[in-house]
Amino acid sequence: MSGPNGIAVAIRLQDPVTLDVEFEASASELVALVGPSGGGKSTILRAIAGFEKPTAGKISVGGQQWFDSQQGLCLQPRLRRVGMVFQSYALFPHLSALENVVEALVDRQTGNKTELANEYLARVNLKGLGGRLPDQMSGGQRQRVAVARALAREPDVLLLDEPFSAVDKVTRIRLQRELVELRADLSIPIILVTHDIEEAARLADRIAVLHEGRILQMAAHDVLSKSPVNTAVARLVGIRNIFNSRVASIDQQQKRLELQWGSTLLETLYREGFTPDQSITWCIPSDGIVVHRRDRPSRGEHENPVFGVVNELFQFGQTTELTLEVDDPDAHPLHCSLPTHVAQRNDIRVGADLGVSIKADMIHIMNSSEH
Amino acid sequence: MDWGAFKLSVQLAFFTVLLLLPVAMLTARWLVTLPARRKAIIEALLTIPLILPPTVMGFFLLVSMSDAHAVGRIWRSLFDESLVFSFEGLLLASIIVNIPFAIQPALRAFEGIGSDMREAAATCGMSRWRSFRRIELPLAWPGILTGGVLSFAHTLGEFGVVLMVGGNIPGETRTISIAIYDQVQSFDNASAALMSGVLLAISVLAISITFLLTRKPLLRIKA
Repeated sequence: MSGPNGIAVAIRLQDPVTLDVEFEASASELVALVGPSGGGKSTILRAIAGFEKPTAGKISVGGQQWFDSQQGLCLQPRLRRVGMVFQSYALFPHLSALENVVEALVDRQTGNKTELANEYLARVNLKGLGGRLPDQMSGGQRQRVAVARALAREPDVLLLDEPFSAVDKVTRIRLQRELVELRADLSIPIILVTHDIEEAARLADRIAVLHEGRILQMAAHDVLSKSPVNTAVARLVGIRNIFNSRVASIDQQQKRLELQWGSTLLETLYREGFTPDQSITWCIPSDGIVVHRRDRPSRGEHENPVFGVVNELFQFGQTTELTLEVDDPDAHPLHCSLPTHVAQRNDIRVGADLGVSIKADMIHIMNSSEH
Repeated sequence: MDWGAFKLSVQLAFFTVLLLLPVAMLTARWLVTLPARRKAIIEALLTIPLILPPTVMGFFLLVSMSDAHAVGRIWRSLFDESLVFSFEGLLLASIIVNIPFAIQPALRAFEGIGSDMREAAATCGMSRWRSFRRIELPLAWPGILTGGVLSFAHTLGEFGVVLMVGGNIPGETRTISIAIYDQVQSFDNASAALMSGVLLAISVLAISITFLLTRKPLLRIKA
């Protein structure tokens, strides 16, 4: 439940994109909307802010109804208490940082708006920079002004539309930390749109995975990466090891389930809803694969051992990623990653034979139909 | 140098800009909110004075402002005088002829602002009027002013329409362009050259101001 200070969205839309979504976020919760471009992420934010009118549905924020198609209610954007950080920041270029924030205090009854605007700038670490025009500020500073302006509205919901996409990586991480700090003082829901699943994982309490205008799954990142509801979610959260297989046997007493994957028999935990000989799709996150030592046996090698030939090897600084040609009926390779020093010590190179173990408790099974 | 004609031209240009600019500004702002197809049709209609030969434009205006037609009749019933061959008639014709010169730069300026600016103003809680006054107008101002400068310069140099609608009445409808024509007809090339030089100087000044306005960094439109 969204609670009295939360947000509840249930909307359908046909234009500019097809949308049919329903989700809630409680006060102080940060929900990230993640998915491919054109999936409707930004359109949801625009519908909440009142810039897109859904064909049907309801939007309530902070206990107030902003949109209700049945009652014919559609509150004007300026009457919705929304704090919005646009992807382009949309700062007023002819106004200084301070004046930008003052404009958001337009309906406040406070005496000294300049003083208050300065306080908001100080909250985002821009003390003393209020006199600068947006053109005279760095990307990170402009983003902070946009955040200060959004907060100055005293919003009931904070909408962040890819707010970190226009800055370099170092600035992005610093701004993300500042957002985490700011959240501690906010008791409103925050909706973040991002195409970066890692960013969502770092910042969000829950992630809504959007695809073609629908929320495929909404859960914490940990849940999404371990138990995606279908292959689309698995791919969107970055899981590359997705394979088709068949249920070989089920042992309810031992709580075990076996999969026939090519010539390999994989053991995993028992799950309800599957029957022997059923075609399924299974996936495993990269940390569910353990590479065997090549010089001598190591512990854990008896757990779902799979053997293959190294097909590709990519060294990304401290991490080495490799693909292993294995006995998969669809001829898909197995993707693994390991520390570069381990790869070098084990003399792992293209063409080398290699064994890996697939952790039984991290194998996630999905119905084949849930593609 | 026919100072009377010069004074009349300046007066005509001044009042044209004064009356046309607010209309052009509001029309341009309204046009940016329209769907693309409707906007294109209206924009095309408003551009007609630019592509029509001045004499043809002048002929249409002369006929429609005569006492035989609605505009002329209404004018006569109100002021008991003819609209054609009067300064007021000249002013009305001048305003109509200059519509594209005033609207086009203003329209491009409003288009350049970008919808996110208006949306940001709305999320700040600003009313439409406040958003227009505080955000859009300062950003579109160089374009609006450019339209004003172009209209002023164009009115000073207008010949065909002025001659058709206003004729050549000294002190009433005789503008500097018509005075130049008269001087040439009477072989007074020296006076014609002087007045042409004045018009040339004003034109150069107008273009310079236009370029200066569109390049001024603080007023540059950046969405």
